[in-house]
Amino acid sequence: MIQRTPFANALTYGVMIFGFLLLIGPFIVIVSGASQTFQQVNAIPFSFVPQDRLFENMGAAWSRANLGTAMLNSFVMASLVTVGKVALSALTAFAIVFFRTPLKGFFFWMVFITLMLPLEVRVVPTYAVAADLFQPVRLLISAVTGFEVSVDWNLLNSYAGLTLPLIATATGTFLYRQFYLTLPDELAEAARMDGSGAIRFFIDMLLPLSRTNMLALTTIMFVYGWNQYLWPLLMVTDPQYKTTMMSLVALLPSDNGTPDWNVTLAGSLIIMLPPLIVVAVLQRWFVRGLVATEK
Amino acid sequence: MDKRAAFRSWWLPSLFALPQIILILLFFYWPAVAVLRWAFTLEPPFGGAAEFVGFANFQEVFADPLYWNSVGVSLAFALCGTLATIFIGLVLALAVDRQLPGSAPFRFLYILPYAIAGPAAGMAFRFILSPERGLMASVNATFPDFWNPAKYGSHALLLVIVVFAWKWAGYTFIFLLAGLQSVPRSLIEAAAMDGCGPIRRAVDIQIPLLAPTLFFLLVIMMTEGFVGADTYGIVARTTDGGPNHGTDVMVYRIVEEAFRGLNYSGASAQSLVLIGLIMTFTFIQFRFIERQVHYK
Repeated sequence: MIQRTPFANALTYGVMIFGFLLLIGPFIVIVSGASQTFQQVNAIPFSFVPQDRLFENMGAAWSRANLGTAMLNSFVMASLVTVGKVALSALTAFAIVFFRTPLKGFFFWMVFITLMLPLEVRVVPTYAVAADLFQPVRLLISAVTGFEVSVDWNLLNSYAGLTLPLIATATGTFLYRQFYLTLPDELAEAARMDGSGAIRFFIDMLLPLSRTNMLALTTIMFVYGWNQYLWPLLMVTDPQYKTTMMSLVALLPSDNGTPDWNVTLAGSLIIMLPPLIVVAVLQRWFVRGLVATEK
Repeated sequence: MDKRAAFRSWWLPSLFALPQIILILLFFYWPAVAVLRWAFTLEPPFGGAAEFVGFANFQEVFADPLYWNSVGVSLAFALCGTLATIFIGLVLALAVDRQLPGSAPFRFLYILPYAIAGPAAGMAFRFILSPERGLMASVNATFPDFWNPAKYGSHALLLVIVVFAWKWAGYTFIFLLAGLQSVPRSLIEAAAMDGCGPIRRAVDIQIPLLAPTLFFLLVIMMTEGFVGADTYGIVARTTDGGPNHGTDVMVYRIVEEAFRGLNYSGASAQSLVLIGLIMTFTFIQFRFIERQVHYK
């Protein structure tokens, strides 16, 4: 734009730099704190200059909180949630958009309503379901036949328990639905004319076309899965299935122990890195997915 | 919203939708029914069938001053957090949208905090804004007890709001920047021709045209503040609901009540109240989105 606005330009740069300090400043504090010694990190005033002990502190944090297992579990959990969501949502959206059956509206509303209640407000009964998965089946059998059967199957301390309830929401379905609705009607018509069935149409045309959507959904779902806190906390009692978010507690300096925050910060930096890398590297897709799932 | 050329089959779509429908039935609808059942019943202390007690659980919840405390804390948290995130996001989006040379990296950087999980951010901020070390220690050295979230509830509440705002400012920034980019360039140029400076253009043209996005973000962020996954994580890892229930938000209280106090009925009654609240928010949002589509 051709307009001379020196004052407004200076203000704009000022705002952007202030925003940088506000939003990126904490990262700088974390990184420099994580690279200092125990004395330096507790010094007043705090020094923003990074030192050379970053990897040493990370190593200490890694062994203190047993981050090896936790990182692996978080990675498995985030990947399973991602794959589950990306795959199931594509299928469901296909069923909702491309078929004309009486069940269509029913499916749509059934999935749609799940947008309303996030896991946090129904966490208590969802936990109860995961702890006793066959309760509905048992109730059904005893109601129909009158017999009390005792089959027991719980999802506590398993990857299935960590991931399945998180997959059971509709965010991804709507991303695909919006995209399918933008495709021209002629596409499916042409496919049918050429003798393709529904399954063939789905595999050979829809899936390749929705590649960008899948990538966008993948990035947001990975971050979502990695950052889960409350659900793993409830589902897991066995240290073998601990996720990174749960090991944050182990990283915290104890009340009466040495306040070695340098190790704590190094540990939380390790935990923050994977989603940070995903967002930084795939930012275009991440932003697209974010905007598309909400609107 | 129907597609013209649809495939005709009833079993195929059912088969395709089946996996997700099963998951939703099992992990969504069944628990939703359980919340209802628990909210109106009480389990006898020594086992046996649950007893129907009508609205007694709700009466008990509403009679508890700590519950009303958590409502107030949640309200303050969601309201302040929402306004702060939207304000920061708006100012930054307006600045970046001017596309001055060198503004591209900022646009990339502002989104990064959104990648961080609430609990991890909370842990980091426990250090960054700790009264004894980090950034606030030197202030406290000059003015003793100026900042102490471990002691004062209001400071702790401010701390969790700061963590929330830090994480979510990048999110509102994305949406507001997208909104700004859809403001017709010709309008801005016409205003510039008439001698409007950038600030005047922002206040008189860009912000009014952003109204739909701002309203949408208001609803989304309020919902997030009340029941968001991060809200629980931030509070749990930053302040543990304390000191003296100063940051005891509604979600935190529900989980505490259910899993530490083992009071499923009370927790379910509280959940139902919260669900009612979210439904109101969602209703408002969809009314609004519908209107937005009409006006396009």
